[in-house]
Amino acid sequence: MIHVIAGITTPFRYQFFNNGIIVATIAGALCGLLGVFVVLRGMSYIGHGLSHAVFGGAAASAVMNINYFVGAGVWGVASGVIIGRIARRRLIGADAAIGVVTTASFALGLALLNRYGQAKKSIEAVLFGSVLGVKTIDIVAVSAVAILSVVIIVALYRAFLFATFDPEVAQVSGVRVAWIEALLMGLLSLTILVTMRVIGTLLISALLVIPASIARMLTNSFARMLWISPIIGGVSAFVGMYLSYFLDTSASATIILSGTLMFIVVYAVTGIRGRTRISGLHHI
Amino acid sequence: MIGEVLVECAHMTCAYNSTVAIKNIDLTIRKGDFVGIVGPSGSGKTTLLKAILGSITPVEGHITKKPHLRMGYVPQVESVDWNFPVTVLEVVVMTRSSTGRLPRVTKDERADALLVLERLGLGGLENRHIRELSGGQQQRVFVARALFHRPEFLVLDEPTSGVDVRTRHEVLHLLADLHDEGVSIILSTHDLNGLAAHLPRLVCLNSEIIADGSPVDVLTPEILEQTFGAPMEVLVHGGMPVVVDGVGADIAERMSRLA
Repeated sequence: MIHVIAGITTPFRYQFFNNGIIVATIAGALCGLLGVFVVLRGMSYIGHGLSHAVFGGAAASAVMNINYFVGAGVWGVASGVIIGRIARRRLIGADAAIGVVTTASFALGLALLNRYGQAKKSIEAVLFGSVLGVKTIDIVAVSAVAILSVVIIVALYRAFLFATFDPEVAQVSGVRVAWIEALLMGLLSLTILVTMRVIGTLLISALLVIPASIARMLTNSFARMLWISPIIGGVSAFVGMYLSYFLDTSASATIILSGTLMFIVVYAVTGIRGRTRISGLHHI
Repeated sequence: MIGEVLVECAHMTCAYNSTVAIKNIDLTIRKGDFVGIVGPSGSGKTTLLKAILGSITPVEGHITKKPHLRMGYVPQVESVDWNFPVTVLEVVVMTRSSTGRLPRVTKDERADALLVLERLGLGGLENRHIRELSGGQQQRVFVARALFHRPEFLVLDEPTSGVDVRTRHEVLHLLADLHDEGVSIILSTHDLNGLAAHLPRLVCLNSEIIADGSPVDVLTPEILEQTFGAPMEVLVHGGMPVVVDGVGADIAERMSRLA
């Protein structure tokens, strides 16, 4: 019995694992919270695009020896501004603008790491995430963004709900929809920035979509989605991270697979009711 | 007695990029008005309503509104995401979304919302998901949301589009009641006989205003052909104009030959 308990608690003897599981759990909950807006607004492609854009900044800051949060943050904001400018000129659609800018940023990041970086190690760490390099600053950053997100969403809950459900009428009713959308994009960018080092560029959009989709199958209430989805995100990140130690698999991949398994179970258990609820989420 | 001016459009032109949607619009809406905007698809009805609401800025001319005019807007139900996770009560209180309000609906707000819902025949449905309602009930939920804001001026975009005859009657009675209570109303519709003919004032629109007046004055074959670009006949039934599709007789004859 003692051996079993000792075996179960083995990973927690390592500081790197404790740091990693704390960051992953908070990151999972944070992605679950913002994922509610991503899913209900049909913005999955923006989460995917932003993570690819930030990759370019992460690569550039690694090569130039600049602080990751500064380099990737500035790069992410610049990408967002360029996307907005291209889309506003209506030369091409917003989706095409996101596709061009973010994939170009991603490709530039790859090229920079190939040419100047410790290519293979750095690329794998950014693409698939790494728990080995998690530092105290990561825990502080992800916690700060999580607290900021909760405070803003609670304070502006009604405006967020109205602007998500019916932006046109919200605008007419006095809600500053453009401001709310900019705030949401800012929170989403910050979330990607602080979680990308653990979850990785390629899998972060899944963590934004899966918990919120599971929450949607479980409830017909926006308010309930806002607490069910973070719990699911946090639990799948904790379980995935923990299992990855024993399975010797990538932490981020195991986190996403844990979430996917929960999705399959909930999809099966909720039956037609759950499927009907997510049937409107065409982009999933 | 002529009511005070709520909205006045003067030589107003609105465009999307370089495409002009409505041009040279002169229109005055006064307190107590009940106006229907009629016209074919793409004639600029929704654009005109959006300009009135302030969500589109004219590229030429100008629009002036009574200061602090409280407007309620009921969008086309086709544009609503019925799968969105909200209850009837949550939809109704949405118009009180200014910053500083707590996420939870207060007792006073709930009481106000229940009164509006009861008034519209939706009592007891406040905790239902919006998709669980009938077409008429769904339409009335969005009217309830607009009324919760206590508007002086109600703007409705195609309120009877895609609804059955019974629902259309319900909506028409509801709007007539609200108008009797002092709410000024403007709505867009292409339902000439079911809705437009019952209104006191009609504006025929096809990028520009073709005619503005009572149904008897406006629903004439000449004006209708100019507005819709198709021949139409007008009969009178019970003192009200009834519009008949001008090609109907021709098609009926061709169909009878096929029988």
